[in-house]
Amino acid sequence: MAIVSRGFFGRRGEGDVKLPPGQYLTHDFPVLSAGPTPRIGLDRWEFTIDTELGETHRWSWADLMALPSETPTLDLHCVTKWSKLGTGWQGVSLDVLMEDVETAAEYALAYSYGGYTTNLPLEDLLDGKAWVAYKYDGDDLTPPHGGPARLLVPHLYLWKSAKWVRGIRLMNEDWPGFWETAGYHNYGDPWLEQRYQGD
Amino acid sequence: MRRLPWRVAELVEVRHETTTARTLVFEVPGWPGHLAGQHVDVRLTAPDGYSTQRSYSVAAPEQGERVELTVELVRDGEVSPYLTEILEIGDQVEIRGPVGGWFVWRPERVAPVLLVAGGSGMVPLMAMIRARREAGSSAPFRLIYSVREPDQRFYLDELASPDPGLDVAYIFTRKTPDGWARPPGRIMPPDLAGASTDIDSFVCGPTGFVEAAADQLIALGHAAERIRTERFGPTGG
Ligand SMILES: Cc1cc2nc3c(=O)[nH]c(=O)nc-3n(C[C@H](O)[C@H](O)[C@H](O)COP(=O)(O)OP(=O)(O)OC[C@H]3O[C@@H](n4cnc5c(N)ncnc54)[C@H](O)[C@@H]3O)c2cc1C
Repeated sequence: MAIVSRGFFGRRGEGDVKLPPGQYLTHDFPVLSAGPTPRIGLDRWEFTIDTELGETHRWSWADLMALPSETPTLDLHCVTKWSKLGTGWQGVSLDVLMEDVETAAEYALAYSYGGYTTNLPLEDLLDGKAWVAYKYDGDDLTPPHGGPARLLVPHLYLWKSAKWVRGIRLMNEDWPGFWETAGYHNYGDPWLEQRYQGD
Repeated sequence: MRRLPWRVAELVEVRHETTTARTLVFEVPGWPGHLAGQHVDVRLTAPDGYSTQRSYSVAAPEQGERVELTVELVRDGEVSPYLTEILEIGDQVEIRGPVGGWFVWRPERVAPVLLVAGGSGMVPLMAMIRARREAGSSAPFRLIYSVREPDQRFYLDELASPDPGLDVAYIFTRKTPDGWARPPGRIMPPDLAGASTDIDSFVCGPTGFVEAAADQLIALGHAAERIRTERFGPTGG
């Protein structure tokens, strides 16, 4: 049982919404990144999927725009404790990008312009659970929030939704990414409060 | 892998930094120690079991089981008004950590360091300045500390007589002291220019401040890999 802090009563204005443990609701859109925000010109932008067999699939910005997109409404949960509900996005489902990719890999490492990486099981990217998103709230995604395009995997803490995503490497073995190497949880399920290693 | 446990933290000392910020020193039995730049999670629980958590940077290097935080009041906030106005000596909260292995300065490191703070973003950078002093490090440090007004500066006395090799510069965004040469205004490239770009930079503060300062460092030729940032929230770009 947690100890009670004398004189603390808390704010429970929006108590009817259910949040993962330890999260609080925000209406802002905070930013978490470990370094400066990279800027990537759309003419240079590309997205790749590399398989464990050494095959590479590539999309230019025009290729990405030509793919069928979806407009999911998603709840976001950041490990720094804020949650933001009902955010509107536009992007291409990973199912579409993976359609012609032949793989038996179990793990994926997403990597970004600027050098960021994050790992997750491949199945967490499939079956309508993940997107490469390029519009937020009807507008082009701004660089601080990961533009021109970011990965979105909303059922995991937001650090798994790699900003400035550049590609995904499919692997037979799990390979910890940036925050996963720096003490954060390998999987990051907010409903299980998997914030840090050992949670 | 062992879970980072929640530990009971008892407030043992309070220091007022400004009219809206105070330093809280907690005694945390079993505290494993931390590095300068890391943060902790603070959990508050109400009598009916409701609880909430926030992150706070540690303001001082490891000192046994003591954990020192500096909290700035965010009006209408849930946690910071409690920590800055209600919590008293002898009261308890829960703390878990340390967290964050990236925004960290290690005393073994000899490279010159540029610290860029906006508002309460000063807190983890002060831990680095104090760690440098404690270690007797001679790594050159330069601090650029942006605040709205002169009386919003934390750690004023301590920074008034800086350690040898530590250079301190202030930026006032709204109101300057009398006779201050730089007009009030947000951080600009000339504030950051001058020194060599062969340095490690730590930039911490509200998101907008960090975005602006980090972009300016890049434009001045600093390598992105050598700029580490910590964004305290709230709003993004
Ligand atoms: C890694 C990390 C380290 C941090 N270290 C420190 C620290 O050393 N000292 C410190 O004082 N704070 C620090 N913060 C910020 C802190 O975690 C809280 O966000 C802050 O104290 C506000 O919490 P609250 O419950 O009072 O406000 P909330 O109830 O969370 O928010 C109330 C309102 O205030 C806005 N708001 C939230 N945070 C801020 C802010 N920082 N400035 C202005 N408006 C805000 C919110 O958007 C909201 O509208 C840190 C944050 C992170 C992520």
